[in-house]
Parts: sequence; C-alpha cells; structure tokens
Amino acid sequence: MRASVRRVFIRGRMSLALTYSDAVCGMGWGATFGCAALMTGYQVDDLIAEFLTETAESLEVVDSELVRFEANPNERKTLDNIFRLVHTIKGTCGFLGLGRLEAVAHAGETLLGRFRDGKLEVTPTAVTLVLHSIDRIKVILAGLEQTGLEPDGSDEDLIEQLEAMAEGREVAIDAVKSVTVPDRPIASDAEDVVMLEVKQELDRPLRPGEVSLDELEAAFLAAEAPDWMNETAPEAVTEATPEPVVAEPVAAEPVAAQSELNTSLAALSNLASGGEEGGGITTTQSIRVSVDVLEGLMTLVSEMVLTRNQLLQISRNREDSAFATPLQRLSTLTGELQDSVMKTRMQPIGAAWKKLPRLVRDLSHELGKKIDLVMEGEGTELDRQVLELIRDPLTHMVRNSADHGLESTEERIKLGKPANGTVKLAAFHEGGYIVIRISDNGRGLNTARIREKVIEKGLASRNEVETMSDQQIHRYIFAPGFSTAAAVTNLSGRGVGMDVVRTNIEQIGGQIDLNSVTGQGTTFTIKIPLTLAIVSALIVGAGGQKFAVPQTSVMELVRTGANAEHKIERIEQSLVLRLRDKLLPLVQLSPTLKLGEYDEDETAFVMVIQVGERRYGLVVNDVLDTEEIVVKPLAGILRDVQSFSGATILGDGSVVLILDPNALSEHAGNILDDKATEVAEDVHSEAQGQKVAMLLFRAGGGAPKAVELEHITRLEHIESDKIERMDGRAALQYRGRLMPIVNVLDGNGLKDNDIQPLLVFTGEGYAMGLAVDEIVDVVEDYLSIELSADHPGVRGTAVVAGRACEILDVEHYQLRGLAEHHRRDRAPALHTEAA
Amino acid sequence: MSIRDYVTLRVGGQLFGVDAARVHDVFHPRGLTPVPLSRSEIAGVLNLRGRIVTAVCARQRLALPPREADAPEPLAIGLEVQGDSYGLIIDSVDEVLKLDDDRFHAPPGNLPPRWADIILGVYQLEKELLIVLDPHTLLDAAHLKAA
Repeated sequence: MRASVRRVFIRGRMSLALTYSDAVCGMGWGATFGCAALMTGYQVDDLIAEFLTETAESLEVVDSELVRFEANPNERKTLDNIFRLVHTIKGTCGFLGLGRLEAVAHAGETLLGRFRDGKLEVTPTAVTLVLHSIDRIKVILAGLEQTGLEPDGSDEDLIEQLEAMAEGREVAIDAVKSVTVPDRPIASDAEDVVMLEVKQELDRPLRPGEVSLDELEAAFLAAEAPDWMNETAPEAVTEATPEPVVAEPVAAEPVAAQSELNTSLAALSNLASGGEEGGGITTTQSIRVSVDVLEGLMTLVSEMVLTRNQLLQISRNREDSAFATPLQRLSTLTGELQDSVMKTRMQPIGAAWKKLPRLVRDLSHELGKKIDLVMEGEGTELDRQVLELIRDPLTHMVRNSADHGLESTEERIKLGKPANGTVKLAAFHEGGYIVIRISDNGRGLNTARIREKVIEKGLASRNEVETMSDQQIHRYIFAPGFSTAAAVTNLSGRGVGMDVVRTNIEQIGGQIDLNSVTGQGTTFTIKIPLTLAIVSALIVGAGGQKFAVPQTSVMELVRTGANAEHKIERIEQSLVLRLRDKLLPLVQLSPTLKLGEYDEDETAFVMVIQVGERRYGLVVNDVLDTEEIVVKPLAGILRDVQSFSGATILGDGSVVLILDPNALSEHAGNILDDKATEVAEDVHSEAQGQKVAMLLFRAGGGAPKAVELEHITRLEHIESDKIERMDGRAALQYRGRLMPIVNVLDGNGLKDNDIQPLLVFTGEGYAMGLAVDEIVDVVEDYLSIELSADHPGVRGTAVVAGRACEILDVEHYQLRGLAEHHRRDRAPALHTEAA
Repeated sequence: MSIRDYVTLRVGGQLFGVDAARVHDVFHPRGLTPVPLSRSEIAGVLNLRGRIVTAVCARQRLALPPREADAPEPLAIGLEVQGDSYGLIIDSVDEVLKLDDDRFHAPPGNLPPRWADIILGVYQLEKELLIVLDPHTLLDAAHLKAA
C-alpha cells in the first residue's frame, strides 16, 4: 500500500519530508538509540501529512491551470492536465478513506470529463463551479490538517450543482452564452443561479432525482453563506483564485453577494493581520534538496556520531557524573538526528527499476519474444548510495533473464507454456538487508553446457565436476570470464556478465545466489545491506592490535580454549573447529596478517563468518566490544592491501582497520576450497544409510587418523628391533618375505625398543606395513568427508565417531609400498657396491 | 620571475622542500595503528582531529637508512593527494623559504630511480641543494609499486 502512495508523491525525486517508515525501523540502530517510540507517533499521520502537502501543491496547479484553460478553452493539453490532477486527488482520497473529499473531487472530475468529451462547452460559469469545488476541497483539507480528520459538514449543495451542470448542459450553455461576461474570465455564482433558472423555465420537467431549481438555488445560497467559509482556514480562501471576491459585484442577488464579500474580506484581513494562521496546507511542505546537500549532511552526522562515541567512552571511564545526563541526552539526539538524515537518503528501489519496462519492451522486440515484466515491492526503500551501486547489476540481470532465460515464443508454445515469458523483480526487507529476486519462468540453466564449459575453462576437473550437484555447477556462472551464450547477441553474452555482477554486489557487502530448475526457470537472489555509511561492528583483538568486523557477516561467536566446550583441532597445518557435527575450517587472524603465531592453549574466539555460500571461522584472541562505526575508505596507497575494507575511528580516538571477511576467506586458501567442501557434501549424501567399519589410529600429532577396515589385511604388533633398517628405509621379514615398512607421512617414525604397531596392506604380489603410533579403535560410522586434504596421503577430514579424523588415502601408501619393492630390488646391489 | 613558498624539511640529513601551498599541517605522528600486510613505507594510520591520515615514512620511501634510536621524535607534514589525507613522516621541519623560479633546475639525470620519480627539481641554495619533492608521485600507489 505504502509503496504505491510513495510512488505517486515522490515521482522519483528526493523529498525532504521526513517520513517515518517501517522500513527504517527495521534497521537496527533505530531501536538502539531509543527513538522507536517517537517514530510510532508520527507514523499514524504520516500518510495524511504527505497527502496534504502533495495535494496542496496539486491544487495550486489546478487553480492556475483552470484559469489558463478558461482563457483558452480549446487548449486540450491544459484540460488533460487539470483532469489528471483532479483524478489523482480523487484517487488518493479514496485510498486514504477521505470520503467527503472524494465525493467533491469526483463531482468535479465528472464535470471536467464532460468538457473533455466535448459534451459540454466550457463556460466561465462552469469553470467557476469547478473552482468552487477546488475551494471546497481546500477547506476540507484545512480541517483535515488541523484535526487529522475530515471536518463535519455536507457538500451535497456543491455536488448537486456540479452534477446539475454536468446534466443540464445544453440549456446551460445557451444561458451562459446569453450572459457572457466579456472581459472578466470568471462569472459569479449568482449569474450561475440565474442561468440555471432560465434553463429550467425554458426546458423540460424535472428528471427523477434531479433537484428543482429552487432547491438548488437555496442550496447554493447556503453554500455561499458564511457557515463554511468562516470555519475554515482563511488562507484557503484567499489563496484560491480571486474570482469569488472579484466577481461578486456582478451578483444578481445583492444580499448573498454582500455576505460573501464580507466573509471574503474578513478572510483577507485575517490573513493580513495574522500570518501565523496562514502557514497551512497551501504552503509547500516539501522542498527539493540537491543530493550533494544530503550527502554533506550525512557526512556531518557521521562525524557527529563518532564524536558522540568518543564522548561516551570518556564518560564511561570517569566518575564525574555531571556530564552523564546531558551526554545521554546528546547521545539520544544524535541517534535521532542520524536516523532522520538517513531517512532523507532513502529511496524506493523502484527508482532503479524505472528504465526496465522500456528495456524489456525493446528486448522483446529485438528478440521476438513476448515478455511480461512484473515488479513487486518497488516501494522498498534503501540508501541512495546502495541504490546507485545496484542499478547496473540489476539491469544486467534483467537483460540476461530476458535474453538467455526465456525461450522464444514459438518454443514456449511448443512446450505448452504460456506464450508470454515472465521476468519478475521483487524486493523486500529482511533483517538489516534488502532482498531482491530476479526470476524468469524460462528454460532454466543448461547444466550440461555449464559443466562442459567449466571443464573446458579449467575451472574444475572432470572428476570434480561429476561429483557436484547441479546447483554447485550453476554457481560457476559467477566465475570470471564465464559465459555460455551460444550466440553473442547485441544485448548479452559477452562473458563479462555474472562475475561482474557478483563482484559489484560483494563490494557493497552483498551476496548473490541462484536457483535454477530445468524447464521452469531461474531465480537470482541478491541480499544487500540497507546502508553503507554506518555499520555495526565487533571490535576484536588479534596480534596485539584491534580490528573491526562488520557484524552482519558474523553468524555466531564460539569461545574456545583449554577450559571451553569447543576445542580447535589441528589437521596438518590447518585448524578446524567441530561445530554441531560439522567441520568448520578456521583462519587465524594474527598469522594471516603476519602479526605472530597463534597459541593453541590460550583462550580464543572463533567468529563464524558467512561469505556467500561459504562459511569459515576467524580465530581472534579477544572480542572486546560492539560499536557503531562509520566506514571510511582507505587511502589510495593502501588499496592493494586486500584484507581490509576501510578504517574507522573508535570511541577512544584510536583508528582501527575494518576487516573484509570476503578477502580474508581468500587468505584461507586451500582449506576453504569451495569445490572441496561441496564435493564432500555430495559424498556425504551418497554415504547416507551405509555405515563403514573404520580403524582409528594415531600417527604423529594432531587429529587421529582413520582408514576403512576393508583395506587392511592384518594388524601386527612387532618388536621394533626386528625391523631392519637400511639406507633410511625399513623392512621386516614377514611370512618369508621382506616387507617394506612405510611411515605415515606426518607421523613420528618408527619406535625404538618398543612394540611397533603395523597395519599390513597386501596387494598383487606385494605386502606393505604401515607404521603407526597407536591403534585406537575400530568403529562403524557413516563416512562423510567434510574437508578436502591439502597434503598427500590423506583423502580428507571427516567426523568419525564424534571425532575429527583424517581419512587415510590407502592408494597413496600402496603406491609407495610398491615403489619400495622396486627400490629394494636395486638397493642391495647399491649396498654391495658401496661396501 | 615568480616567487614560490617552500616548506623545507630534513630527512636523513638531506634538505627537501615541498610547495607550501600543499602542506596542510605539521604534526607529531602519534597513536599510529599499523596496517598489516602493507608496504614497508606505510607507518600506519592515525586520527588527526577526526580525520584518518595515512602516515608514510619518508626514509623508507626514499630508501634511506632508518632513524637512529636516540633521534628526536619525528614530525609529519599533512598532504592531500587525490582526496586522501597523508602524513609524510620526516626528521624535522626547517623554515619556509621564498624561492625564485629562476633558480629552479630540473633534477639531474643520474639520480637513483627511486628518487628520480618523486623529485620535481633542485634549487641551488648558498650552502646546499634543496630537493623539491612531488607529493603526488611520492604518495601515489602506482608510483610506489613501481619504485
């Protein structure tokens, strides 16, 4: 509802009228600064106030236009303009439930419609009548402004006149002609009455429902009587075109004229004496402000917020309470000011969609497809700055949907789909975000072609691709330089498509994803923050330095350490955290930024961060505070430092860098490998319902290792001195043959003077012993590899029996065992030579 | 013949000059927040009266040896390049000199590349040479990378 009203009022321009919308309430900091209550008070009258302002403006235009129209009755354009304005007022009144206004406007519109249809000739009398109805509307508006309700009273008199004028056209025209007032454009009401009287005598009997002339006259006189003019805001009368006052002397009915003149004069003097009463509806309540001014205002307020934060910080550290109360007040006011200024920057997203209907229409012609564009939630508001940044990506995506997404009309008909393809844009608020969906009901993405392209471009190997779900493959369209368009059209398919879109959206802290169903269409979902200027941030400590992390990207915070419930586990060089039976790859902030190594025993915090579809944990030493921060871009000289998105000044006056969770995920490197994680998910789904027997063992530090039991021929415990070592290699006489002993790659090596556990693998014509530190257990569990391996000999990491385990790559060790056999064939010879 | 004002300053004993019109302020670079992973020339970012200033070490930038441990607290001159605020950390600020354009010479051809790029020219003063720095190339990311 709100959306449509705003569209009418704002007409794409910035309006300074501080309207209070639900949208802004949802932004988080509104509530923080305690102005939610204040806002609700305004919300009730919000629409009415806006309506009053806009209608007053429209009425002013109608006034002047009507006058011009009367002067040039043949000027069609003027009439159309008037008609449209009155129609809009009528429509809005109806929408807002303002019945009295609607009735008057409707009657006026009907009369204007007659003019427009050419069924009624334009006469000064008729115009006067219309002007009267405009005046009446102003009077009602004045009452509305004062009380918030339509004033009591009846407009039957005026409406009857208007209807009568519309009905009794022919005679009225003659009559008017006969009494034309040559110089003066506007006739008096009294003349009007006289003319109608003439007509009535000459013409027909009363039609059913039509009022008699006497009655009409009586009503009309009543209308002129001071009853309504007195009770109304005086400026409404004076502000109106001056015709009633000027025209009155011509009146045939001296008493009525005199009375009206008096009231009008009274109104005039009233206005002259007391300007303060004059600030009503007709003064414009919205002004157009240049965007630069708003931007400047925003910068100032941002600075003010920072200064406020600094003051609060100082006050927190001091006992001096004299400052506390005024400071609290200042703080609240600053918050409210910030709120209000933010609102001036809010624009409906429809502003970014305006060009789309035309674009789609042109596309439709060019491509020979029938395309319907559906737009929902155009009124959803977001910051101007964000709006500017998403305009191009949105246009691109709509173009894509129309060009690639939708089938040709013939194809659609053949498929039994509606001939018209639909591209739908929808926007709505969700949390501190605005969500935009661009969907089409076309053919969906061509999974097979994307798959081929992925392999062809070397983005993933055939094996990898084969294990991916359709959605994972679809996401490759966001990869740089990826385009599957068979033919490069004039419109799209130049390969600079979706990756640019993704980059643009991620740059403003947004996310994009897609969902495509073959034959049914594709939906892109974009999530972007409402504003970029001020963000809520976590202040964290790492490597002895403070950093800010945008709160929107932090999903949860996990405390880890010796005494905490969660422990960070190490797999080779990589750290992982077990979180609800899932393995979360970790990035340690301080080593990543080269600020020193992470101490595993110390208490630390893991921030679970979501970037697009990826999730990782950022390990920091400390979480210190949350603060509203104003993001400042880094200086040009620092732009090549990828890990930070900007800097800000904290309450204590220190400068902290703002971490870019997106860039940091890149630092995470191999453990964050998108493909790997997703492959693992697939393995997981395949493994569902099938438990595997696994041997758990330890070799080297870190997580225990696991191997499927089926690969192992036997388990042996050998006295370590029975193992023969030569040239750094080891072998054991086992069942009459020399069996090579291989160490687990990152293991501790062979034991001295102890029992050495061995896993014996056998293959065709060979046997191999794998030396481990300790055999832990044999368990049955689902094998679901959650993380890919980053070093040889390991297939990946999985949760086995509730523990993170590295899954042994048996093949790798078998090959090594085989190699040892070959080497052993030559080794003794080398030995002899050496001896 | 036109006269120009130069703020003269010393870095590693050498006298430099910067067009006085480009110097916004002179301040002690305090409360520096280091920027991890940044180039060695970047000393950090600091809050100068509510503005975030990126401090660049002139010695590093000019490939001069680092300051001695017992050297007095360094100063910084505030410069603006492409809308960003920078503080160039120097050893000391001398006087402001009014110099005649006639005595201005193009930089000699045998300068090390790291210097040639950032020097507008040289003034021959009575006692020594005054090297005029170009704040733009001095603090520009592209030139820094090339250096």
